[in-house]
This record gives sequence, structure tokens and C-alpha cells, in this order.
Amino acid sequence: MLYDTPIFGLMGDRSLLVELGNEISPSVNQSVQELFVALDLHKIDGVKDLVPSYRSLLVIYDPLLISAPELERKIDDLYQGLDHARLPAPRTIEIPIVYGGEQGPDLESVAQYHHITPQEVIDYHTRPTYRVYMIGFTPGYPYLGEVPDAIATPRRETPRILVPRGSVGIALKQTGIYSVDSPGGWQIIGWTPVNLFDPQGQPPSLLMMGDRVRFQAISAEEASRWQP
Amino acid sequence: MAAIETLEIRSPGIMTSVQDLGRYGYGRFGVAPSGALDSFALRIANLLVGNREDQAGLETLLLGPGIKVLSDTLIAVTGGDLRPKKNKQPIEMWRSHAFKKDDILSFGNAVSGFRAYIAVAGGIGVPRVMGSRSTNLPSGFGGHHGRTLKKEDILACNEPRGPMRDTGRVFNPDWIPQYSDKWKLRVVLGPQDDHFPDASRHAFLNCIYRMSQDSDRTGIRLQGPEILPKPDIEASIISEGVIAGSIQIPGDGKPIIILGETVTGGYRKIATVISTDLPSLGQIKPGDGIQFEALSVDEAYLALQEMEGRINDFKRKIN
Repeated sequence: MLYDTPIFGLMGDRSLLVELGNEISPSVNQSVQELFVALDLHKIDGVKDLVPSYRSLLVIYDPLLISAPELERKIDDLYQGLDHARLPAPRTIEIPIVYGGEQGPDLESVAQYHHITPQEVIDYHTRPTYRVYMIGFTPGYPYLGEVPDAIATPRRETPRILVPRGSVGIALKQTGIYSVDSPGGWQIIGWTPVNLFDPQGQPPSLLMMGDRVRFQAISAEEASRWQP
Repeated sequence: MAAIETLEIRSPGIMTSVQDLGRYGYGRFGVAPSGALDSFALRIANLLVGNREDQAGLETLLLGPGIKVLSDTLIAVTGGDLRPKKNKQPIEMWRSHAFKKDDILSFGNAVSGFRAYIAVAGGIGVPRVMGSRSTNLPSGFGGHHGRTLKKEDILACNEPRGPMRDTGRVFNPDWIPQYSDKWKLRVVLGPQDDHFPDASRHAFLNCIYRMSQDSDRTGIRLQGPEILPKPDIEASIISEGVIAGSIQIPGDGKPIIILGETVTGGYRKIATVISTDLPSLGQIKPGDGIQFEALSVDEAYLALQEMEGRINDFKRKIN
């Protein structure tokens, strides 16, 4: 549910958490995106960084330039005056995935967990158009939703120490792509040759909050010939 | 701006990296700030050698590096007392020193604190990535090739801003932080402090916590009484943005103080360390005792204004 007015929370003396709803849903996330875009355009003096997520926006500020109550007032005004029609139509990005094999070591166990075949897992996973709810965890890592119930699977009991960049994982109704080599506990069902994070890129992340993503199954041989 | 080869790493120390005051404005892409953990020490080191306070220096841990100087420069070492030496002779910290070509900067054993900061006139001249020279170690970019320094690395420095006339510049001795093995960290409670019963909040503010060995640059893990949330509450919250100093409480009830390598998290946060005390997070060592004290946000602002006032006084004195 979307709150009538934002709930503000202090995260220390230099960031303000602006919560807009109490759930993971496209409508709450869309409101976060609208407020994020508005704040990004509006540029309040003293705001250093914005971290949008599922249902809240973290506003990091310089306390020598602005105080929490002042910032709260400005954000509240901006939120009340939001023009909900202003967001541009979302981009849809196609991401090719090689499912299973060495680079998708959990495909079989996800299939077993749901008593279906690996091919059915692939069919379910490639069916939705996913929403990018947020980028976080590591640079360029997209949290995508929602995975069909038929393949929603809990995290691994023991996280892996190293999940290679490009690995595609499932954690309950979320799916995501490891953007850099990192530890991780999601069920890894495949791998993409697409690079999600380039520190020199402008922007550095392939995906942004609010984008749409579709997955497309490709063979390992197609992946080896894949050119960005 | 010309860069001059200035430093050659002879021995890297345990974990020496290039850091400035951090990378801001890229949180939307999941990019964390990184940057000097003890930002106060880096700022003062820079001012001592005539740099802007936000230039890049070296952060080193416990066992400092051995560095050969390749061209005449000014160097200042601040932060934890790791016994810096010039050509094997001890040199004073929180003071600028002239180094000539072929002089050697080295370190002895750590006496107090955990991390030292080395500023060089002109600042370390690695390329900026997303506006900052800080090394993002978990993701491997920024700084010197995205990694800690290795033997035989050569670092170029930018041309100094002015003539190097600042040898012997010292920081006000009364303002040099004293690091012990007992710490008081001031916090602002929230944003999820109301998810904890009074007994948990009381334990958090009244017990001594110890920094655990398995802490790293991403977080300080604490040992001490468990902080449990109210019963019938879910183990995690919906992931949201976090900042350095946020104290998250995972399912096992053992607090973790997040440092600057993380942008989002799904654990509830009972409190956040105030800006003025963030530099201390770079100096606490495994085994040290920590006690938390809650302030209002207005009290936190006052503390910050007082600290910034001192830095501004120092800037006025040297200009």
C-alpha cells in the first residue's frame, strides 16, 4: 500500500530515509522512481547522493548545508506537487542467458525443488517482462521482479564465497544478475555474456531503476560469439 | 596538470590503498562511496603538505608500507601511530616533512590506532573514476588499478599547488585525536529502533561491545549481548539504502557497523554513528571495547559544527 504522505526516518545526521509504502509492488516502486527523478532534476542544495530502492528513497545530505527538518519540508512539498504523468515510457532491455551447465549450477536443484524439468524452469524464467526495482548490493546489480511462483525458490542455505560476474540468480520472487565477482547466496540458474557494470561507462550501469528486462535463452556457442 | 613519478612501493604493508574523501552521486547505480575511513586524518594530512583537503592520499593498516621517494616532495603522516620513519629515523606524525629523491619512508609497529594516512604534496595522481580517486576494493576499480598497492608500483603525484615552503607545518597538538582501546561512539537512533523492545535498546546503549576479528573494510562486526527485535517480527526488512555508520542487526543479534563499501541492505538498523565520530571507525582495532551513546540529531549537528570549526581555524592559520 502507498502511504498518503511520506514517512521520514533519520539515518544518522546526514541521511534521511523517505518511505513511500509498506510493500514490494510496482505502484509503490513507481512512486519512489517519480520522487527520485523529481529530486534529481530539482537539485536541492546540500543533497549529495540519492539511493532509490523498492519502497523508499535514501537522501544523503551535507549537514553543514541543510538540516533534516528543512530537507523534509522540501521533499514533502516536491512529493505533493508530483506530476505522475511525467515519467518517460520505460526502456525494455533484452538480456541473453545461457541456462544450466557449469555456469548455472543450481538449475537442476531449482527444477527438483518444484518437481518440474529444467526446461520448464527456463520457460517460466523467460516468460515475464521484469521490472528493475532497484540497483544495489554491488555496482550495477539489478533486483528484478517478479519471478513466477512456479519457480520462486529460497536462497541457498550456505552462500557461495565467489559467484562469477554475469551469473543469473533467483531468491524467492526476485531474480538478479551478479554485476561483479562477489559472494552470494542466490540460486544460480544461468549466465549472461552482457556486461552490467563498466566503471568508465556513462552511465556506469547498463540498467536503471524503472527499466524493463526480458530474458532470452541462448546456447553456450551463441554466447561465445556474443558481441556487445 | 603534469604528474611526476614520486613514490615507488618497496614493500606494500598489509593493506595500502589510494583513497580520497569518497565517491558520491552514483548511489543510484549501486556504487558505494569508498574513501578514507578516517577522513579527518586524511584531510589534516593534506592540509599539512599544502594540498586541498579532498586530494588523494594513501591509507594503510597496522603494518605500513616501505616507500622510496623518486622526486623531492613534502610528506605528512597522520591517523594511527604506526611509527613512521625517514631513512630509519623516527619522524613526528601530524607534521609535514621534506623528503629528497631516494629518501625512504617506512613504518615500525603500531602503537595506537589502526590506520595511518600518508599525504604527498600535489596529491596522488591516479585517474578519477566517477569523480573520485578512491579505490573501491570489493569491486576492483578506482585508485591504483582498483587494488591495494604491490611491490614495485610507481605512483605519480600531481604538481604541487604552490612552492613547497610548508616543511615543518604542524597541526594544533591539542586537537590531535588520542586513540585508546576503549571507544565512545555517539549515535542517532533509528530508522528502525522502534522494531526493538526497550530491553534491547537498553542493552545496546549500556553494554560494552568488542570489535571482532572478522571485521573488514565493509563492516565492523561486534561481539556482545545480542540485540533481538520484538517477537513476531520478520527476520529482515525490505532492502533499502544504507550509509557508513549505520548499525545493522542481523538475525543472530550481533551488530555490524556498516562502512563505506555498501549502498543497500536488508537488515534493520537500530542507530547510526554521527558524522563527527565516523573517523573513529577507521581507528578501532579488533578487541577494542565500544560503548554507544544516543544523541538527538540537533546535538549531532552541533558536534559536527564544532569539529569543522577546528578544521576551519587550522585552514585560516596556514593560509
